[in-house]
Amino acid sequence: MTDATANGAPAKLTTADGKPLKAALASAQSHARRRAFFLVLPLLAFIVITFVAPIGQMLHRSFHNDGFTMHEDIGSGVRTPIMTNLKAWFDANPAGTEPTEEAFAALAADMVVLRELKAPGQAGTRINYELSGSRSMFTKAARKANDLEAPFKDAFLDLDKDWNNPDLWRVMRDASSAYTFNFYLAALDLTRNADGSIEQVNENRQVYVTLFSRTLLLSILITVLTFMLGYPIAHLLATLPLRYSNLLMILVLLPFWTSLLVRTTSWMVLLQSQGVVNDSLVGMGLLDDENRLQMMYNQMGTVIAMTHILLPFMVLPLYSVMRPINPSYVRAARSLGATSWTAFRRIYFPQTVPGIGAGALLVFILAVGYYITPALVGGADGQLISNLIAFHMQKSLNWSLAAALAALLLGGILILYWLYDRLIGIDNLKLG
Amino acid sequence: MANGKNDDAFVVFDRVQKSYDGETLVVKDLNLTLPRGEFLTMLGPSGSGKTTCLMMLAGFETATHGEILLDERPINNIPPHKRGIGMVFQSYALFPHMTVGENLSFPLEVRGIAKSTREEKIKRALDMVQMGQFANRRPAQLSGGQQQRIALARALVFEPELVLMDEPLGALDKQLREHMQFEITRLAHELGITTVYVTHDQTEALTMSDRVAVFNDGVIQQLAPPDQLYETPQNSFVAQFIGENNTLNGVITAIKGDLCEVKLDNGEVIDAKPVNVSKVGERTCVSIRPERVEVNPARLQPGAHTLKAEVLEFIYMGDIFRTRLRVAGNEEFIVKTRNAPDQVRMTPGTQIDIGWLPQDCRALDA
Repeated sequence: MTDATANGAPAKLTTADGKPLKAALASAQSHARRRAFFLVLPLLAFIVITFVAPIGQMLHRSFHNDGFTMHEDIGSGVRTPIMTNLKAWFDANPAGTEPTEEAFAALAADMVVLRELKAPGQAGTRINYELSGSRSMFTKAARKANDLEAPFKDAFLDLDKDWNNPDLWRVMRDASSAYTFNFYLAALDLTRNADGSIEQVNENRQVYVTLFSRTLLLSILITVLTFMLGYPIAHLLATLPLRYSNLLMILVLLPFWTSLLVRTTSWMVLLQSQGVVNDSLVGMGLLDDENRLQMMYNQMGTVIAMTHILLPFMVLPLYSVMRPINPSYVRAARSLGATSWTAFRRIYFPQTVPGIGAGALLVFILAVGYYITPALVGGADGQLISNLIAFHMQKSLNWSLAAALAALLLGGILILYWLYDRLIGIDNLKLG
Repeated sequence: MANGKNDDAFVVFDRVQKSYDGETLVVKDLNLTLPRGEFLTMLGPSGSGKTTCLMMLAGFETATHGEILLDERPINNIPPHKRGIGMVFQSYALFPHMTVGENLSFPLEVRGIAKSTREEKIKRALDMVQMGQFANRRPAQLSGGQQQRIALARALVFEPELVLMDEPLGALDKQLREHMQFEITRLAHELGITTVYVTHDQTEALTMSDRVAVFNDGVIQQLAPPDQLYETPQNSFVAQFIGENNTLNGVITAIKGDLCEVKLDNGEVIDAKPVNVSKVGERTCVSIRPERVEVNPARLQPGAHTLKAEVLEFIYMGDIFRTRLRVAGNEEFIVKTRNAPDQVRMTPGTQIDIGWLPQDCRALDA
């Protein structure tokens, strides 16, 4: 630095034959870099194909649903646009326009197409997501599509007077474009009313926000519990002589080698009202037979079982941080006049913070997305948001809503991660 | 500094024993009295019990038997943080999540000292070890020698009367170590603090201490000032452990006053000074320092007796020559000669006469 800036400006360093040093360095390292890239290429491809692409597709589905705009023949794969006439009418008339005879005529023309493509169910399902009960209106209208005659409005109202429902027309207008954020609204217990402004859904239909906050609270509770249980164990593991700590470590890891289902079912055996814990308490006379504790099929069951299952994820990062902490730090603090509590609080504990951060982040993220355990032991009020995502994936088949819920969950976790980075610093994270 | 109490017995180990497993004694019957202001080194091979003694004094180990007194106060049941003893650890044990300043502030904070006083004391302690401008650095940003100085400053900042050091220079390179040896002794004497220093490096022990306690097998083998330790070792362990030493094995054949006759294993008879041998017929290990052996017959002093020797190896070491000889069957007999202009460089294979004064030759236990 000093000799390069002899005349004020930094002189460019060159190799002996005059090439710029940086270029020479890059070319000298390029071979090694290429080879390294080829080594990670398989993994990169694997991750893109099995992880990034499906997740991207899923997220795409959360704001893109072409059930009302496009039909794909399952056999041939031919894609045919549907509801084109109605879309043209929506495009020509602003939102909130009363459906005219013209609109019903367009609808009737589209119904004929739907009937030919055998697609009324698909289009109806898309509308049904946002307005339940409307699927059957579509299948019924399509079945009679060829019999419909002008005036079409009356013909439709003869089939079902709900065809005049302004909400239905608002939903159809939204669905006539494949891109929509209505699934996100639904995932936040919000909806659009007839004039298109956003409002909360009926109180007795609000599920998702409650579930999100319950998931958040239970996950925080489980994280705190695993920390309180795991910290002393990790400390013990880190300070015991190696032969004892290895044995204890096996006990900590033992649950990992047991199937998750087995572990969860054993908790059911233990905790149910006719289970081991209740039986022993009654047997010891601590509990009346009719007052057996309800520890299963409620939030308590979810919390107990998940705390147990996620405990190793807290213990391992803590252990890996505690193990290399030299016992002489605490000794030094004691010799300098600190009580054992002060030595712990000011010397030992701050050095374990990276492990606490890593463990807490790990447990929390796993808990937020946990599915099997709450599904088995959660009962009605121990369900988490992941159980609802699974419900929409498997039962209601509203994949777009499932994707929107999952995207919100992912977004929430990313925000927490960002907060963690801002507050503690991600380089302080130590997983072992 | 003195508060009127017994200054000759500031630290006392009274019949202290320590066992970890209930089967073997790591420290066997330790009696040691340390006057105020003394620099005492505990020297010994690893496993000799010296660190255990230090840890008992610091309060991290409890004595299985016996009493440790600090300033006439029994401290067996006083927890470490109430003993007010400064300690420097082998690994320095600087708190990695605190800056140098915070490290030094820690002992003052836990003592509830006001902020302004703290800052003043920290500054003084850092200046003392010439690290004044490093207060805002983290320990990881310092070199080994600098960390060593900070550890020293931290042990001294709360002005303890007793400072313990557990092989504090073990991790430093030779030059830095020699420099720090000087620094530590200077500070200890300037501040008048009592120091107990543990090391397995005999040079360190000899150059730094007022007195050295040589440990082996849980027992103090000899407690003496460095020069006595080197020149008049009390037993063959001390003779072997401190400095370089030549030994010749034999049997006592006669004791007359302060001289005895030893018949070496190859039949030769020499005179020696009896140290811890008492009766005729006892096996003995005769010890003689390499630099007290004379290889130039012209320079032999009157009264010296001579032996035949064969040169086996000649090593040039710069300031001295180190010559390995075969003497009375011992092939590891070393002679050190100064690299003076008239000094002879001996060739392996030559037969020479060597000699020494009987009083430099000590008959010790076998």
